[in-house]
Amino acid sequence: MAVLVNADTRLCVSGITGREGTFHSLNNRSYGTEVVAGVTPGKGGHDVEGIPVFDTFHEAVSETGANTAMVFVPPPFAADSILEAADTGVELIVAITEGIPAHDELRVFNHLQRGASRLVGPNCPGILSPGKANVGIIPAAFFKEGNVGVVSRSGTLTYQIGNELAQRGFGNSTIVGIGGDPVPGSSFIDIIELFEADPDTELIVLSGEIGGDAEEQAAGYIGEHVTKPVVAYIAGFTAPPGKTMGHAGAIVSGSTGTAQAKAEVLEAGGVRVGRTPTAVADIAAEILGA
Amino acid sequence: MDLLEYQGKQLFAKHGVPVSPGRPVTTVGDAVSASDEIGYPVVVKAQVLVGGRGKAGGIKLADDREAVEEHGGAILGMDIKGLTVRELWIEKASDIDDEYYAAFVFDRSAKKPMAMLSKMGGMDVEAITDEDPEAMRMLHVDPLLGFQDFQGRRLAFEAGIAADVIRPVGAMLGKLYEVFVAEDATLVEVNPLIVKPDRTLIALDAKVTIDANALYRHPDIAEMRNALDEDPQERLARERGLTYVPLEGNIGILGNGAGLVMSTLDVVAQAGGRPANFLDAAGGSKAEAITSAVEVILSNERVTAILLNIFGGITRCDEVARGLVEAVDQIKPTVPFVVRLDGTNGEEGRVLLAEADLPNLHIEATMLGAAEKVVELAG
Repeated sequence: MAVLVNADTRLCVSGITGREGTFHSLNNRSYGTEVVAGVTPGKGGHDVEGIPVFDTFHEAVSETGANTAMVFVPPPFAADSILEAADTGVELIVAITEGIPAHDELRVFNHLQRGASRLVGPNCPGILSPGKANVGIIPAAFFKEGNVGVVSRSGTLTYQIGNELAQRGFGNSTIVGIGGDPVPGSSFIDIIELFEADPDTELIVLSGEIGGDAEEQAAGYIGEHVTKPVVAYIAGFTAPPGKTMGHAGAIVSGSTGTAQAKAEVLEAGGVRVGRTPTAVADIAAEILGA
Repeated sequence: MDLLEYQGKQLFAKHGVPVSPGRPVTTVGDAVSASDEIGYPVVVKAQVLVGGRGKAGGIKLADDREAVEEHGGAILGMDIKGLTVRELWIEKASDIDDEYYAAFVFDRSAKKPMAMLSKMGGMDVEAITDEDPEAMRMLHVDPLLGFQDFQGRRLAFEAGIAADVIRPVGAMLGKLYEVFVAEDATLVEVNPLIVKPDRTLIALDAKVTIDANALYRHPDIAEMRNALDEDPQERLARERGLTYVPLEGNIGILGNGAGLVMSTLDVVAQAGGRPANFLDAAGGSKAEAITSAVEVILSNERVTAILLNIFGGITRCDEVARGLVEAVDQIKPTVPFVVRLDGTNGEEGRVLLAEADLPNLHIEATMLGAAEKVVELAG
């Protein structure tokens, strides 16, 4: 069944005429995702290799029945594009753009709380349901269908962990990159809730990192609401306080947001934490009995 | 991006938050002429991005010209927690009736701005809450509505602010929120916020952090970056568009993707090594990007070995390998390299490197193997 994206996904890409937008839209289409439309203001009526381009999201949605939006536009225009997509009532918005100002993200997040659209990202690699649909920039070749759901704040680290699982013969129900920014549209909890309800998912891998308290919040939620086994990885044990480690959200502020604290809270909540990506795959294999 | 006190105060003044008149100076001579202009007594304040300036002797009251010369001379060049004082802020001295604490912080957990107010200003936030957890009053702001007058009044009443300045303190919070939003700050802190004998308010200190992702719409703030205080490697990396964080150890780290690089640091540390830096080359696989990154790492003289850890997704490992061969040819590094290429075209990349037969370059297939190897070579 997978979560969020599947064979019913009808994707509309904002920024489809940009270099990255075109490349990844076509990649997603070759994977089998229904890419039904693109949006670039002023380029309505054109097409990208047969994908029709519209001036507005509203037109794209009403003409093509798109139910999922992907945002690829540069940071100064990204918040506006997310809000435009949300204004059409589209079910899911996946924002890939990195570098959106934090205050823009705050306004977008708080606005979306009042509507029906779900936002994943920004600053994320997207969502892949192997064998069904790929929305974003995750290199699908490394992943096959299976029963492990992955939710992660990082891109390449997800590929690393996913690859270690694949080498042990495991595939994935869905891989969800929630992104490395301080105000992600979807939290670990939002995605874990979906995996818990998804019959195809038997084990959940949570890949976190320093900064904020999303992992701690997830630990509390897992303890109370999740019956499926969860294995976690936390990056950034060696990160010095006060320094942003690449991702805008990856920063230890004072004594809060440390990897050590996150690992301890998760373990206290019954989640097994692997100290290396390899160890995560080992634990997953042990639990699933392979 | 953290701002110096006087830079924060410049933003405050722009939004009508009252501050004392002052001048930033870099020499004792300028400190004296600024003081003459402002009128004595003045306060001579070290401008460095670290707390505890007062305790370190970096803030002094000066009643006359001789005192400014003495304190200015002592503070300029002073080392405060590892930072050299290169700039002073000369400010009109204020008499103080009351000291409060006021701040707006970016609450990631609640995903809302949070206002904070206490009547126990002039001490650390931690000290305030340690002494009396109830003394720090906090409430969240709906970013779509903005800070409301009632919220200012409520905080002021609950914090036990003096009755005659309840409304002015509330109004000042409103202006600080304006700074917080209009300037894309993730922190605006005033400690202390003082009440003078004439019962007017002044922001006596300013601690402001600006969201680096928003600097494109604040060119004036982007220019405030204090290049002199920046680590030279960090500056070099920033100029080359690389994400670099200096660390204490001797093993240079280069990888693609923030999460994978963080994880690489951890795995190296677990193998008994000490990373010298964090460097995310992002999608840059071309020779130019790799050369640039390796140059930044090697500009740190402590580095005795380098680990290049790439998991190719969109990035192709054969391209990385070609880039690395060119980079090594150009730089001719003397320290050993350990290279782990995996993911897209990983095998092709490893074959390319093996064929190039570069001196002092070791190819590893796994992240753990690469970490162990680099620790062994780094000594």
